[in-house]
Amino acid sequence: MSCGVLAITEQVDGVFRKVTYEALSEGRRIADGLGCALSVAVLGSGIKSNAETLGKYGAEKIFVADDPELKEYMTDTYTNVIAGIAAKEKPRMIILGASFRGKELAARLAARLDAPIAMDCIAVRLEGGKVIATRPVYGGKILADVELEGEPQIVAIRPNFMAIAESQKAGTVEDAAIDKGKIDLKFIEKKLETGKVELTEADVIVSGGRGMGGADFSIVEKLAEVLGGAVGASRSAVDEGWRPHSDQVGQTGKVVSPNLYIACGISGAIQHLAGMSSSKVIVAVNKDPEAPIFAKADFGIVGNLFDVVPLITEEIKKAKGL
Amino acid sequence: MELIVLLKQVPSTESFVGISEDGKSVKVGDAKMVVNPYDELAVEEALKLKEANGGSVTIISVGSDKAVEAIRTGLAMGADKGILINDPAANNCDGLQTARILAAVIKSMPYDLIIAGQRAVDDDNYVVGSAVAEFLNIPSIAMVTKETIADGKITCEKTVEGGTVTVESTLPALITTQRGLNEPRYASLPGIMKAKKKPLETKKLQDIGLDAAGMGSQKTKVISFKLPPERKGGKIISGETDADKVKALVKALQEEAKVI
Repeated sequence: MSCGVLAITEQVDGVFRKVTYEALSEGRRIADGLGCALSVAVLGSGIKSNAETLGKYGAEKIFVADDPELKEYMTDTYTNVIAGIAAKEKPRMIILGASFRGKELAARLAARLDAPIAMDCIAVRLEGGKVIATRPVYGGKILADVELEGEPQIVAIRPNFMAIAESQKAGTVEDAAIDKGKIDLKFIEKKLETGKVELTEADVIVSGGRGMGGADFSIVEKLAEVLGGAVGASRSAVDEGWRPHSDQVGQTGKVVSPNLYIACGISGAIQHLAGMSSSKVIVAVNKDPEAPIFAKADFGIVGNLFDVVPLITEEIKKAKGL
Repeated sequence: MELIVLLKQVPSTESFVGISEDGKSVKVGDAKMVVNPYDELAVEEALKLKEANGGSVTIISVGSDKAVEAIRTGLAMGADKGILINDPAANNCDGLQTARILAAVIKSMPYDLIIAGQRAVDDDNYVVGSAVAEFLNIPSIAMVTKETIADGKITCEKTVEGGTVTVESTLPALITTQRGLNEPRYASLPGIMKAKKKPLETKKLQDIGLDAAGMGSQKTKVISFKLPPERKGGKIISGETDADKVKALVKALQEEAKVI
């Protein structure tokens, strides 16, 4: 059985996304448990100097694939290059973030390497030398413990879930062989909203539901703003056309786990609860004291959200000295 | 244009699901079984492409006898033909095994585009679509919110954290769906009547030339299921006025929960 854990980084315009450090930290923890080394693959363009910093998060070796054609994530080139590194290094485990691109890359890589895969994991543990990953299924209504047989074991971790831990290691940089293979995909453009906090990565989410009564989410947006959080929505609010699909929290939308989730005018349909129950602290504001959301909320306020939510915003501003 | 849709039948998201006493299986009970919502988007997109370009839409599914209903729903929406792989040997497949079965079916068919859901809302695996593309050695684009086909190429807008990326691919290709791609149509009554007469073949693994070796071993195994920690309903904050309640809430969030 081979040893070694290989982490895969994720960068946008040369800057590592937070999930990179989460994957490295978790990879370090597992590598220590297995008595293995941790290496990391960095793909991008002009990325080398940033790559050198990753020793801080526990990487012994840093394989850098620096190439103008790797500037943007493309599933085909990235799969080809990483499969090449994996073929050479023969890691026991490959760990990466289950971001949008991470999920796609992990799936394609698993098929390429004929490798077992645990997608969107919230915990990884070792039992008698075996790796057991826990992953939510049915939108979080159930958790599955998954055992991976064969190598490399691909573990994609849910963003915003694993702790980041620094652990200085050698961080020796090596140029990786870059075999981009057959290229079928072409990058055209990207449109990123600057400053927008992504729901799946947000520490705080303020969501609105049917109780919002219309597309005016300004009171929810203001509360999210003072908390530095993101705005979410229930399926009914999205189905009504009040919010974009990308805001939807729930089993058919995004499954989220922020530190603080504030549900405004959301009754708590089971498919919504499945998507947010793993939040650390849940606050519900609803005028119906019988709303199912209160059974899941740590703190509830029964009242008219149009009165209560602006008051919360003001009170938090005061508390934060804003 | 020859279009293939990969479809799975799943318990509706409104339903309660539980686990067996020994934690070895999921209990779906009498949950309503429906077409995976992301696969509905796939059927709709295929139908739109057929309407614009001609051709046919074939739905392929791996499942039990009951999955026939889900395929019929797709046929009632307007798809032309269904293929169900129903074989006891395929009961406990992991994502790669399911993908190998689907790829084996597709290999013998002409196709320009395969459309799959980004994930099924039961196992939330996100693996099968991309893996089918890999086994067919064709490009794939996941999480597509918009696509246009011209000059033998498909251009897709796909979801990424904080925005969208536009990617172009050669055809044939496989794409997976993201909410926002379209609004799936309902099956009309005449559509439902017509669907009953549309071809729906049920096949075993040997019919598609796949044996146990071809399907590969099950490498990803669920060893147990558990329920997430039950959230205890917390307290409803009382107070004379809304302002009192809010003050108490913010204090609790700061001092008790320490999240602000």
